[in-house]
Amino acid sequence: MAKSNIAIELINVDKHFGAVHANDKVNLSVESGTIHGIVGENGAGKSTLMSILYGFYQADSGQIKVFDKDFRATSSRQSIEAGIGMVHQHFMLVDNFTVLENVILGSEGGALISQSLANARIELTRLAKEYGLEVELDIAVEELSVGMQQRVEILKGLYKGARVLILDEPTGVLTPQESDELFRIFDALKKQGVTIILITHKLREIMNITDHVSVMRAGKMVAHRETSKTNPEELAELMIGRKVLLNIEKSKAKSGKALLTAKNLEIYNEQGLKRVTEVSFEAHSGEILGIAGVTGNGQGSLLKALAGILPLSKGSIEIMGKTITPETHLNPKKLRELGVAHVPEDRQKMGMIADFSASETALLGYHNDKEINQGVWLKRSSVKANCESLMQAFDVRPNNPNLMSSNFSGGNQQKLILAREFERDPEVLIIGQPTRGVDIGAIEFIRKRIIEMRDAGKAIILISVELEEIMSLSDRIIVMCDGEITGTVDAKDANEATLGMMMANALQPQDEPKGAKL
Amino acid sequence: MTRDRRLSWINGLLLPLFNVLTAFIATGIVFLFIGVDPIEATKILLYGALGYDEGLGYTLYYATNFVFTGLAVAVAFHAGLFNIGGEGQAYVGGLGIALVALYINPAMSAWIVIPLAISGGLLFGALWAIIPAYLQAYRGSHIVITTIMFNFLASALMVYVLVNILREVGEMSPESGDFIKVSWLPFVHDIFASFGYKIARSPLNLSILVALFFSAAVWFFLWHTRWGFAIRAAGKSNEAAIYSGINPKKIIVVTMCISGALAGLVGINELMGVQHRLFLNFNYGYGFGGIAVALMGRNHPIGILIAAFLFGILYQGGAELDFELQNVSRDIVVVMQGLVILFCGGLEYLYRPVLIRFLAPIKESK
Repeated sequence: MAKSNIAIELINVDKHFGAVHANDKVNLSVESGTIHGIVGENGAGKSTLMSILYGFYQADSGQIKVFDKDFRATSSRQSIEAGIGMVHQHFMLVDNFTVLENVILGSEGGALISQSLANARIELTRLAKEYGLEVELDIAVEELSVGMQQRVEILKGLYKGARVLILDEPTGVLTPQESDELFRIFDALKKQGVTIILITHKLREIMNITDHVSVMRAGKMVAHRETSKTNPEELAELMIGRKVLLNIEKSKAKSGKALLTAKNLEIYNEQGLKRVTEVSFEAHSGEILGIAGVTGNGQGSLLKALAGILPLSKGSIEIMGKTITPETHLNPKKLRELGVAHVPEDRQKMGMIADFSASETALLGYHNDKEINQGVWLKRSSVKANCESLMQAFDVRPNNPNLMSSNFSGGNQQKLILAREFERDPEVLIIGQPTRGVDIGAIEFIRKRIIEMRDAGKAIILISVELEEIMSLSDRIIVMCDGEITGTVDAKDANEATLGMMMANALQPQDEPKGAKL
Repeated sequence: MTRDRRLSWINGLLLPLFNVLTAFIATGIVFLFIGVDPIEATKILLYGALGYDEGLGYTLYYATNFVFTGLAVAVAFHAGLFNIGGEGQAYVGGLGIALVALYINPAMSAWIVIPLAISGGLLFGALWAIIPAYLQAYRGSHIVITTIMFNFLASALMVYVLVNILREVGEMSPESGDFIKVSWLPFVHDIFASFGYKIARSPLNLSILVALFFSAAVWFFLWHTRWGFAIRAAGKSNEAAIYSGINPKKIIVVTMCISGALAGLVGINELMGVQHRLFLNFNYGYGFGGIAVALMGRNHPIGILIAAFLFGILYQGGAELDFELQNVSRDIVVVMQGLVILFCGGLEYLYRPVLIRFLAPIKESK
């Protein structure tokens, strides 16, 4: 391989955090002008490695070369000067600044910014044309869709002279169509000689758009592959170090009577914004109802209302024979007594308490139960026994009820929460993002358990931003956009393209066109 | 030892210890500046506070007040609330005690009067906390601001009550008449004397047992009842509490009532135990001292007992210093307290990064 052809080369890069070996002698070489994927589970060391490249951390030892020059960044400024740009998972944009203002942020030039604004306008127009990244420059960032905001981030990088772009989980917040658009941009960038490093956990994306892929596991770089010569099964196996089942087998649903009927729901969130309008559906026993949608389109508020956390402002929910209306609110405690279990979307903030012990987290929502209380006394021994049995049932590791909840991995925290909610034999299960931030091994386990609950005749409502998850688990799918249901499909008729159109509310010719939102 | 265990040792024991030591060293430097031998001063302070039975009695008597206010701050803290109103709650709690102890039928047995008077203190302390609590829970007014304002209100109220209502006819000073005898809590030296042991007179009275009882009760309540669980859950995460069916607004009101009630007990020691009448500013400084005690005691009853004892030593030993040394005035106690509060409160985590790096390095990756 010609030497000049390598954009970034890492040789034996090593990084410790205290006793943790976050990066263990990592080697990586990224060819210039290619798309290079880096995959690995949470905590495999991907983010640490990229943070070293972007100057947030310094490597303990090892060598980094950027375009054949020795590189050692102590701040992101140096990385930018070396030609590295980064698009973070959560955008670093000032919402009420215009696109143009955001782009020059950090490179304003002199005391007066009018000149640099004018220069930037010319340069950005050129860049936009060259890479097919058209964005209106004088609009406030908060008015742009998420996909457009991401473009601004990419433009920002290019404007600052990036020849290597690092993108951290860029498709997490996009609809499938927006993702496709992003990949088209990647192609344009690649043609112009820009190198792209894509960090993701979605193997499908890796397979579709990358040229090379590197796999990390437990701080080590375990494999480099040419994408065309590998397959998702091999990559998954490399990531977790054993074989995994990517597609869960499930039998046909034996759908029974409706256990939850929602009629014309209207819901306002905690900030008093209307999030859900005119939503109606039924959830049947023995069936998984998937609710798909891009993050922030009302699914979260719907989930909270179903669990009794948010009140309804209109409509009614009938659960297990009881009716909830705006006047007759049932709080989460009463709903639990009715047999409604809720796995919240936000595991860290709502599902558990980080500095409670596992046994106390396993008690949330059930601390009034007779089995663990004797008069005024909350029996520690019963609390511990409860946690131990939950841990055993869901294979939570380490199985130590006294360990702080925050010390478990994401997957094990989630397993503990699922165990808490599943093991009380509820009739209706409301599950939000069951596998978000969970390692592949646990994903497989969690999905199997959800299907087991379905087969035991429970009604399950599943909300997930992962389309793949919705499609592989659900029996029926409803799609939400902007607080409304934009489509209902049988899972066997669903495909990503139609769901994606529904998620953007672009598939109903009888409606007035709302496609402009995209 | 697991990392969790090490961390809890660092947070619970080593940090407060290092902080107190630092405060003492800083005090020593202050002594050097004013031309006092720090070693000599330490000797006098420790001997004065612990060396003979009268001094020890005073130390424990001061500590009793700090236990009550420290527990009050700690309970609120576990619900995520910073109760700065201990001063006012203690003051008004004293009024509740006085109303029972002044006006109850003197023929009644002490076994009824004393619990009733204690209940009066609990009730009035709670009442004084309930309005700030309501405003925080249902109107969003910050509890720190409102409880501070209620301290001033309490001051004004008590002056009014003492001057215009409770002052005896013909008396000049704004104080009530004597409490009914059955409401007096026995002094410890009297109890010892009744068993034939002679110890020096001191204000130490049976309130110290009440303080121990409430320390145990708070411990049991917070960690071994479902209500304590709900309070701690709401204090750690509002969202998780709502998710669990706990109403955080109710928790705020209930917890502040408990907190205020505990602060209201200061009057038991000061009024029922020692002075046997209600007078101005009997609560002075204990409410704020309680904040430092709770901080230093890591909001745990055992820690609070230890911290309250230390504050008792500072109070009593400081008084001895003032008495023994020419160029030391009583204000040195305030300086020492200030330094302890600075290092245990303001600079609470000064040594934490260093201690963690050496004793409990992080094991997970970021």
